[in-house]
Amino acid sequence: MKINVLHVAKLANLPLKNEEIKKLEEQLSETLTYIEKLNSINTENIEPTSQVTGLENVAREDEPKPSLSQEEALSNTKSQHNGLFKIKAVFDV
Amino acid sequence: MNLNQLTIKEAKEGLKNKKFSSVDLTQDCLKRIKEIEPKLNAFVTITEKEALSQAKKADDMIANGDDLPLLGIPISIKDNFCTLGVKTTASSKVLENFIPPYNATVVEKLNNAGAVTLGKTNMDAWAHGSSTETSDFGSTKNPWNLKRLPGGSSGGAAASVSSDEVLAGIGSETAGSIRQPASWCGAVGLKPTYGRVSRYGVIAMASSLDSPGPITKTVEDSALILNVLAGQDDKDATTSPRKTEDHTKDLSKSIKGLRIGISEDYFKGIYREITEDVQNALKVLEKQGAIIKNIKLFDPQYAIAVYTILQRAEVSSNLARYDGIRYGNDRSYFGEEAKRRIMLGTYTLSAGYYDAYYKKAQQVRTLIVKDFNQAFKDVDVVIAPTSPSTALFAGSSEDNPMFGELADVLVEPSSIAGLPGINITCGFSKEDLPIGMQIIGPQLAESLILNVAYKYEQETQFYKQRPKL
Repeated sequence: MKINVLHVAKLANLPLKNEEIKKLEEQLSETLTYIEKLNSINTENIEPTSQVTGLENVAREDEPKPSLSQEEALSNTKSQHNGLFKIKAVFDV
Repeated sequence: MNLNQLTIKEAKEGLKNKKFSSVDLTQDCLKRIKEIEPKLNAFVTITEKEALSQAKKADDMIANGDDLPLLGIPISIKDNFCTLGVKTTASSKVLENFIPPYNATVVEKLNNAGAVTLGKTNMDAWAHGSSTETSDFGSTKNPWNLKRLPGGSSGGAAASVSSDEVLAGIGSETAGSIRQPASWCGAVGLKPTYGRVSRYGVIAMASSLDSPGPITKTVEDSALILNVLAGQDDKDATTSPRKTEDHTKDLSKSIKGLRIGISEDYFKGIYREITEDVQNALKVLEKQGAIIKNIKLFDPQYAIAVYTILQRAEVSSNLARYDGIRYGNDRSYFGEEAKRRIMLGTYTLSAGYYDAYYKKAQQVRTLIVKDFNQAFKDVDVVIAPTSPSTALFAGSSEDNPMFGELADVLVEPSSIAGLPGINITCGFSKEDLPIGMQIIGPQLAESLILNVAYKYEQETQFYKQRPKL
């Protein structure tokens, strides 16, 4: 199967170089061929398993607890302004 | 004998009896690190100053008569565990300057247990691989043969332990990343039940599978560390609420009457020497009263496909957070393997393909879980080779998008089912490379698999053979 690599790269927000696009096209379809093995297994009426702990609805009281200070939260960013993360504009004005 | 060659148990005795101090022990480890690290590259970051100050503190506490489970014991930590104030890269250039403002729960627990941390170990970038060759900081070498791979992704951790740079290493496994490098490097590697050890502060790979665990020289040391790491954590909602236990308690219990299952499909296409050594190991256990039963487990080949889909999908979702805004570099810094995984995962989760891939894989996951549940009605543990091969040559993983999956074929089924498994050395190849077997148990049966591994180890003592590096 052939994958539309450019479309998927856009969804994944991944910048790719031209030579990578061609290589990925080949490698991804190789992997897809491998995983298509699963089609030979009958899974009719089988529930999907998303996790294996058997735990359900794990919740705690909604009480504020100590967390990172503003300074700590910002300690690894390259771009801040007035104690906030500074990012590129999201909406066109 | 230098102090860095000791096991944790031996070092604890020496510290207690004041034969040497934690500073002596730590300095012997540092000496070894300085001597072999240029050849081995097991570490991304070495924290000499911090380690010596932790060791001094441990010595003060020992002088005060304090006793903690790992007091004064030098260890290494895989570089995907967040360490407060110490660079944590997951061996990726995306995080080359990332200094976490908090500790992973595992790190917090090790600190509270008095451990001395010598540094952060190398791994496949983001834990994507089984060779350490995808590390952005150069691959680690195998201490038994520097032309060979250590396995991965916890390859630095396994190499640091088997080369006696540290007494133990903390690794993490999604499917194979503890057991496989332990097998290739000749160490004891324990992958606990999913949810037994907190994932909080571990740089996520596949969140429904990730399990932190110890890599050690002996089974008893493994149990000692698991005692420290295990337990519910309110910062990780998937941790088991089941009470923790002392995993050293039943180590020497008799295994008379223990039912060991072996499944033919786990011996297909593997090196002959490995089959022979595992069969010899079964004989050793049989002599101690264990009963070997042939069972038929789900063909592990299908587990590869299930794992590949689930893992790539969860990777694409987990790595979406790396946008270079709050921390780290931007997405152009991802290496080839991470890009490949993000792309496949994004594709299988994208509109129109979800049912065909992700849901299908989750359904087969159900079948694999049920299959193990059924098997554990007839047997107490399952034994199989850990890896189809001994350590491969450097370069083997290059340009092979399925390298890791094929190397991990025998550990993926149990990971998918969230089961605990332990690797232990059961012999050496003609080329003098370690051969490992794994013991798999039902969920939360860590004490049982440790017991079986311990009985085997006491009889054979392969761990006493060390690489001549």
